[in-house]
Amino acid sequence: MELLLTLGKAFFVGGLFCAVGQVLIDKTKLTPARILVGYVVAGVLLSALGLYQPIVDFAGAGATVPLTGFGHLLATGVQKAVTEKGFLGVLTGGLTASAAGITAAMIFGLLVALIFNPGDKS
Amino acid sequence: MSQKAAPNSKLWRNMLLAFLVGGLICTIGQGVMSWMQALGLSREDGGAITSISLIFLSALLTGFNCYDNIAKHAGAGTLVPITGFANAMVSPALEFKREGFILGVGAKMFSIAGPVILYGSAASVVYGLILAIFG
Amino acid sequence: MAVKTGNHTYLLENTPSVLSFGAVGSKKESEGPLGRYFDVINPDSSFGESSWEKAESKMVQISVGQALSKGNFEADQIDVAFAGDLLNQCIGSAYGLRDLGIPFVGLYGACSTMAESLALAALFVDTAIAKKALAVTSSHFCSAERQFRFPLEYGGQRPPTAQWTVTGSGACVVGESDAAPFVRAVTIGCIEDLGIKDANNMGAAMAPAAAKTISHYLADTRTRPEDYDMILTGDLGQVGSALLEQLLEQEKVDLKGRHQDCGLLIYDRKQQDVHAGGSGCGCAASVLCSFILPKIRQGTLGDVLFVATGALMSPTSSMQGESIPGIAHLVHLSSGRRRKGVE
Repeated sequence: MELLLTLGKAFFVGGLFCAVGQVLIDKTKLTPARILVGYVVAGVLLSALGLYQPIVDFAGAGATVPLTGFGHLLATGVQKAVTEKGFLGVLTGGLTASAAGITAAMIFGLLVALIFNPGDKS
Repeated sequence: MSQKAAPNSKLWRNMLLAFLVGGLICTIGQGVMSWMQALGLSREDGGAITSISLIFLSALLTGFNCYDNIAKHAGAGTLVPITGFANAMVSPALEFKREGFILGVGAKMFSIAGPVILYGSAASVVYGLILAIFG
Repeated sequence: MAVKTGNHTYLLENTPSVLSFGAVGSKKESEGPLGRYFDVINPDSSFGESSWEKAESKMVQISVGQALSKGNFEADQIDVAFAGDLLNQCIGSAYGLRDLGIPFVGLYGACSTMAESLALAALFVDTAIAKKALAVTSSHFCSAERQFRFPLEYGGQRPPTAQWTVTGSGACVVGESDAAPFVRAVTIGCIEDLGIKDANNMGAAMAPAAAKTISHYLADTRTRPEDYDMILTGDLGQVGSALLEQLLEQEKVDLKGRHQDCGLLIYDRKQQDVHAGGSGCGCAASVLCSFILPKIRQGTLGDVLFVATGALMSPTSSMQGESIPGIAHLVHLSSGRRRKGVE
């Protein structure tokens, strides 16, 4: 029962983040790349203001899986690194925290390029 | 005049589809996350494995030419989650392999997702500076 | 010999003829309403080649091959080829014609290139500079998509105003003959830019150019839309077509249901997921060479104004925030050498 509630919260909040993105696609001329950049920067900003952690606590993956969650990861990473290492942490914190995701995307991208061939749209 | 002649995007239908598909991706993520935590992993490590799993899934669907067909209907539902970020890196890598592995795959991989990494990092550095100076 | 009339139009007094023509398409084109009119359909859009650019050049080879063989011509009988496509530096045409040894003029008129190349070929024949001239253009959905938009596997959503680049090519051999279709006049278009910047709404960007060229032609020849059976634009799509009719209405020109658009003819917009219609150099070219020219040859269509439209932007100009300049060239095709009822 508790698992169902956790999953439901993730579904609802994650879905909301995406529905907002759909409004941006349909009602503005923003390109996908701009929307993604906007989400990540918004995630950093909201986390810096302390507004994103409560959403993560409530919705779990519903808040960490959308790209605002990527921004949240960068922000919490830099927070931790600055506390531990001071000024050096300013430069190391963000990418250290997000290294798993970025490296995974690069390596899987390389593997897919090695294995698959590009195809036509149906 | 050009505004008036343009057909209306079916906003509500698109929003519903984005909500459902995006919500589903997050639910899969939460499933992995809860499983990892049940196995005793920390929140950070569980989160990393969740991201890696979703990225792997997205890369695979991109390779099989499926991701774009789902995205055609789901719109932001497949753009906004981390799977959209992965698709943005994997799809140019695959598409430009004919231009070679250095300047094709290697360089084009970042043509859409590069700005996300750059400006995300830049924002975190600004935040870090504020913390380091005033914190 | 061609004579200039008015400010923009050349009357071709020797009325060169389109001797033979060929059209090639792929799966999506074969599923459209015009599918059965194409000479060659290859459901495999790679045409057996290892890249989309090579596939496009292959289509150029096939359509030229069809046009030559249907007229029983050899490549060395062709004095000059006018060709163009959408790819950077026109590689679709250059590699497609590389092995034929025909004197080659590469053109860039974006999606207007079929009318541009046909107009030049007809002018060369009418002025007797060339005995036979070739006009050919092509476009390929995949090569255009990866150059102008996103990788094919990228999960983007196309807005409803977006158009679908036709995978196809059309080729015409123009020469002297007593058989229709004849080229009676051509109008070279001017660049028109009303400040539209949305690269997903090319139809709207090109409609003003089409309106301008059509009204120039009608004024230069002192004719009215009623004098023609069809006014066929290239790839304005649904959005641009509506806009064209509005723009011409403002100039008191009523197309009276005579307007058709290649981008709307080639696909079934209800069944096929193509949003506002087809586009690309291959759209106007393949519709002309598969569906329109045979009808003019048979006489079921008398006089057709073929007005292919192009958007003269590039990804660079778009990124720099420039608006989209449009162009439209017009070719008057006819089943007779003289206008009905005149002379």
